[in-house]
Amino acid sequence: MPRDNSIKKVLVIGSGPIVIGQAAEFDYAGTQACRSLKEEGIEVVLVNSNPATIMTDKDIADKVYIEPLTAQVLEQLIIKEKPDSVLPTLGGQAALNLAMELEESGFLKRQGVRLIGTTSLTIKKAEDRLEFKETMEKIGEPVAPSLVVENVEDGIAFTEKIGYPVVLRPAYTLGGSGGGIAHNLQELTDILENGLRLSRVGQVLVERCIAGWKEIEYEVMRDAAGNCITVCNMENIDPVGVHTGDSIVVAPSQTLSDKEYQMLRTSALNIISELGITGGCNVQYALHPTSFEYCVIEVNPRVSRSSALASKATGYPIAKVAAKIAIGYTLDEIKNAVTGKTYASFEPALDYCVVKMPRLPFDKFITAKRTLTTQMKATGEVMSICTNFEGALMKAIRSLEQHVESLRDYDFTGFSKEELLNQLHVVDDRRIWVIAEALRKGISPKEIHDITMIDCWFIDKISIIVEMENLLEKEELTQELLTEAKRIEFPDTFISKLTKKSQDEIKELKKIYGIQVGYKIVDTCAAEFEAATPYYYSAYGVDNEANITRPEKKVLVLGSGPIRIGQGIEFDFCSVHCTWAFKEAGYETIIVNNNPETVSTDFDIADKLYFEPLTPEDVENIVNIEKPDGAVVQFGGQTAIKLTEALMKMGVPILGTKAEDVDAAEDRELFDKILEECQIPRAAGGTVYTANEAKEVANRLGYPVLVRPSYVLGGQGMQIATCDSEIEEFMEIINRIAQDHPILVDKYLMGKELEVDAICDGENILIPGIMEHIERAGVHSGDSISVYPALSMSKEIVDTIVEYTGKLAQALHVRGMINIQFIVYENRVYVIEVNPRSSRTVPYISKVTGIPIVKLAARAIMGEKITDMGYEPGLQPKADYVAVKMPVFSFEKIRGAEISLGPEMKSTGECLGIAKTFDEALYKAFLGAGVKLPRHKKVIITVNDKDKKVIAPIGKRFEQLGYEIYATRSTADVLNENGVRAKRVNKISKGSPTVIDLLLGHDIDIVVDTPTQGRDKSRDGFLIRRIAIETGVNCFTSLDTVDALLTSLESEKIKELSLIDIATV
Amino acid sequence: MKAFLILEDGHVFEGTSIGASGEIVSEIVFNTSMTGYLEVLTDPSYAGQAVCMTYPLIGNYGICNEDMESLKPWPDGFIVREISRMPSNFRSQLGIQEFLEKNGIPGIMGIDTRTLAKLLRERGTMNGMITTDCNYDMNKVMEKLKSYKCQGVVKKVTCTVSSKLEGGKYKVALMDFGAKQNIAKSLHMRDCEVTVYPAFTKAEEILATNPDGIMLSNGPGDPKECTEIIEELKKLYESDVPIFAICLGHQLMALAKGADTHKMKFGHRGANHPVKDLRSGKVYISSQNHGYVVDENTVDPEIAEVVFVNVNDGTVEGIRYKKKPVFTVQFHPEACAGPQDSNVLFDEFINMMESRKEVK
Repeated sequence: MPRDNSIKKVLVIGSGPIVIGQAAEFDYAGTQACRSLKEEGIEVVLVNSNPATIMTDKDIADKVYIEPLTAQVLEQLIIKEKPDSVLPTLGGQAALNLAMELEESGFLKRQGVRLIGTTSLTIKKAEDRLEFKETMEKIGEPVAPSLVVENVEDGIAFTEKIGYPVVLRPAYTLGGSGGGIAHNLQELTDILENGLRLSRVGQVLVERCIAGWKEIEYEVMRDAAGNCITVCNMENIDPVGVHTGDSIVVAPSQTLSDKEYQMLRTSALNIISELGITGGCNVQYALHPTSFEYCVIEVNPRVSRSSALASKATGYPIAKVAAKIAIGYTLDEIKNAVTGKTYASFEPALDYCVVKMPRLPFDKFITAKRTLTTQMKATGEVMSICTNFEGALMKAIRSLEQHVESLRDYDFTGFSKEELLNQLHVVDDRRIWVIAEALRKGISPKEIHDITMIDCWFIDKISIIVEMENLLEKEELTQELLTEAKRIEFPDTFISKLTKKSQDEIKELKKIYGIQVGYKIVDTCAAEFEAATPYYYSAYGVDNEANITRPEKKVLVLGSGPIRIGQGIEFDFCSVHCTWAFKEAGYETIIVNNNPETVSTDFDIADKLYFEPLTPEDVENIVNIEKPDGAVVQFGGQTAIKLTEALMKMGVPILGTKAEDVDAAEDRELFDKILEECQIPRAAGGTVYTANEAKEVANRLGYPVLVRPSYVLGGQGMQIATCDSEIEEFMEIINRIAQDHPILVDKYLMGKELEVDAICDGENILIPGIMEHIERAGVHSGDSISVYPALSMSKEIVDTIVEYTGKLAQALHVRGMINIQFIVYENRVYVIEVNPRSSRTVPYISKVTGIPIVKLAARAIMGEKITDMGYEPGLQPKADYVAVKMPVFSFEKIRGAEISLGPEMKSTGECLGIAKTFDEALYKAFLGAGVKLPRHKKVIITVNDKDKKVIAPIGKRFEQLGYEIYATRSTADVLNENGVRAKRVNKISKGSPTVIDLLLGHDIDIVVDTPTQGRDKSRDGFLIRRIAIETGVNCFTSLDTVDALLTSLESEKIKELSLIDIATV
Repeated sequence: MKAFLILEDGHVFEGTSIGASGEIVSEIVFNTSMTGYLEVLTDPSYAGQAVCMTYPLIGNYGICNEDMESLKPWPDGFIVREISRMPSNFRSQLGIQEFLEKNGIPGIMGIDTRTLAKLLRERGTMNGMITTDCNYDMNKVMEKLKSYKCQGVVKKVTCTVSSKLEGGKYKVALMDFGAKQNIAKSLHMRDCEVTVYPAFTKAEEILATNPDGIMLSNGPGDPKECTEIIEELKKLYESDVPIFAICLGHQLMALAKGADTHKMKFGHRGANHPVKDLRSGKVYISSQNHGYVVDENTVDPEIAEVVFVNVNDGTVEGIRYKKKPVFTVQFHPEACAGPQDSNVLFDEFINMMESRKEVK
């Protein structure tokens, strides 16, 4: 079937802000789809509220709207742009839900717009629990039997029918409390009784327990003619019970025989055919470990995180093909871009092994429970490729950038055999480390399997790694041993530790023994056809296939690794744009990265893609083969910056700002000297190593003080301390990880924060704009609402900022990007922090100002002058629009995480509100962040003593908006004294009715809870905030945010939003 | 123990010996299936060849005897990147190393199988030797390699006496040129009584039993070598009994009806080959294992039409004969290893037999 020519203009819906469970993979998918549609001559209109994405670039779509993803906005947009079709399957669940809303309301029909890529019927069949169950039953595909019961008798009767064990899930209880697994009648009765009592609606779901079964996924494609293929299958090392996003996953499956493989493959094809999906689909199975019994767990009728992973694991571009199918092509008409010869209607054959590991945020949320469940908690992931499983696992571990390089780095050596056996029952992110230690202590793979249900094959592989550790420790490092250690990807640093030889000695031995890394191509076809794509992975003991090129100019671009809080998709945006800029200037470009969710790891972005860990050794291997003329490190976040020193040692010139200048910005003493020379003030402070030194500095400066490690991103470990005991606590936490650099203690100034991203060509600077933070200093810039252009600054302050930016860029010899954060305190400008690299605000400022910042910075790095690029140096004129960048959090996903904002960054993503006026922009930003108010017009206020002084006007504004105000004792007093009517409620510890009772009543809109200064120790405050988040109530911990929210609520009158095509900015 | 794989073009791969000890000379081919190594090993079509698996991790789920496609493994040698020391599957009865040893199949592991596959892709299928002799004499090896020819293999793999899978509505005569077991199983589960005949059985003998249908199986080697069988097929063709053929059977029928076959550069061996049904436009992912192919332009349009083609390279994948109820495919609808997408073709064969029964 050739392409459907009636499709001329398509609206593509993006997935909105990055949250846990919906991350960068949809930028990758959306970008690929938009490009795929554009190459067919189709006009693409894109809507996504996330400005950090590549898909929202004007080069990707014809028209780009960075607007809140709500039905109202979409309706308005469809009326304005009049697309003939809407493609909703590439923007995750968010886009799918929106499309359903528009379809079900009849809006699309009225407008004569059709859904392509899927139908509403398909979505319903896959997403509606009951319809899904019926559809599966119709085609004889088993799902785990389940029933909602309202009394114990029904529960027992049903269980007797389906057999023990069963999972019991009470409906509407907090965080799933009251549920459990019952193995016998006694347990069943106990849990059921308790669950029925706890459930708000008196219901408990009884379900066949499939925990411990193998979890297997298939990625399937189908075209409108009914042709189906599977792109890849994947096996979760963690059995059913851990969300696949949090599992270690291997592709292809390792422990399935062809019978099992084909049984599930056939099932997946039956399902996609019955659902009538045209495009990509993901089917998840639970497979009984000792029989052919299986259950369908879930079907995603769209491109998903797993499909991004499958695309990168196989080289098969799922999103691109899905887009082509959506416009009518059949699989056998779509060329396989990797081989250029074969077609999309074949199934990739892998001749390597792929391992994916989740990047979990427990380093950010130290109070959170590390347990892994069916609720996903990972913010990102890494993927690695090797010719053997052990090697792929070792590579994945060191790609995580979590201070781990081996199976020894989470230390369980202190655990006795007994304790280890207990610990094996704990399902958390350190489980494979526990398994390794259990093996070291002589616990058998069988015993470990019986507890964890992880397949013995994987446990044996961990055992092979443990055995190698032993050999390296005990035996002589012979050629044979070192060859084998490298074959399974032991890094030199680890071998050096185990053998007590220096890294240089190991390097020398490798040379003597002739142990060399080789690069292989990911070609979709296991070498059956010649591949045209330079997509490489490394392995030891193989011939090198990397095409050795010696072009005139060659540049190495280092990517930013896994998405984590503090280093998100923004840096992928920067890496990709940097690559494009160098490509345009005639360079051969090489990207190194390990994140399967991103655009940068798409094989057609750079001239060559190396899918590798970002450690000095792995990068050096690439450098030895490629011999680049230089490397760019300023766009890949801290991951890339950290490699600077190593690159210089390898003799690779750092393009742009020199390493010693990057150091100067981070090194306290050097930087102080520069500030002094430039006569720029900063908050007083000092550098320390120990808690005692820290206390000394703090007392000299006077509390409160900021405490933080140097060389980190996202303010990791940064805290505001108000007394000696807090200093002790924070220093202890920071020093849990060995610090290579001193810790900084600064006087904390509570003023207005401003931020600047600038480009410097060595002479002149270009400042696209100045951003102002709504929250005062003390809240991490990444968690602050950021406004462009700065609204409330006097000309003097603006001039000062421009002047300081220029001076600092000069003094640090910046070539390329510089990011500076200022604080305005008592009308004086101080510098907080300087980062001579790209920052997370770059994508959004580029889009709002229409200035291609990364490209200009890359050209400056290449030696061009700002004046030659057609720009006047200095601060650029303000854009016609106001843009508000709003942080978005994923607190509800991480149980036990402290949600109050502080100097350490906690947001996972962001959205943008852009409009002619500040009020509308702010309103849009809140809308985009999912704050849809008012609903019940009830607010709970409980603030700390400092904030009590300023709470009255805020209360008044709530009152004027018609809000009913509840407040805890002293906050209520303050409000009432100031003429604001507030009902008094008790904190938790004081007896009913408490704040909790109110929250559980489910009619509260907002909680305003400002924690006491420093790390909040009050269990009450913490609980109130957690319960607010877990019951879906908007909870704000900074009065500045509340002030902005009120402004937004007061703008409710804005009914018709103005939609702005940012491609025209 | 060290082992070497020496190719006709002088390439030498050094690895570790697996399986049985001993030296073999064979035709080296590669298979890209990611699962199903046991089905591959026990597929009689690999007789006279040594097979290299491109998927690097082999033996993970051990040996599940019931998955064997014939009573024993057939390749002369087995070439892999890595074999698993810990087979893990609830049905596994044996490790791959023990299986190879027990069946006297030598092999080599630890070589760069991707490089080998690329060589075979670029230069075409080559002969090779697997040896554990470190002091091999290259000249002598080359002599042996040059003189090796994969021949007489159908005779080697076919059964010697006929046997019967009892019961069923349709009586099917299965000519065993090296049949995979799932062919008979696929028919049996579709209500067929299957009688398996040795490859060199005379047409008259088969026709005398008055079968409802004749199934021509897969098998190894060069189809043109099988001149005697081709003569019998001519007679079977004329009988008006519905015939369905797979792989070698398909090639032999084409030869019997005047078409030609030729050796492909490196063949199709794997579980991911797309074939297009030209009648419906539908694409099936198929399991394949063949080194020879029917020449499209030698198929007489008066007699037959090509109804399946390979989406990747356009080669002939299936032929329907116009004047007789005869239908043949190059790929493997019986799967094992590989996708089951095209097993509907067995249903088509049943329909052919059913309509003939009705006419009768």
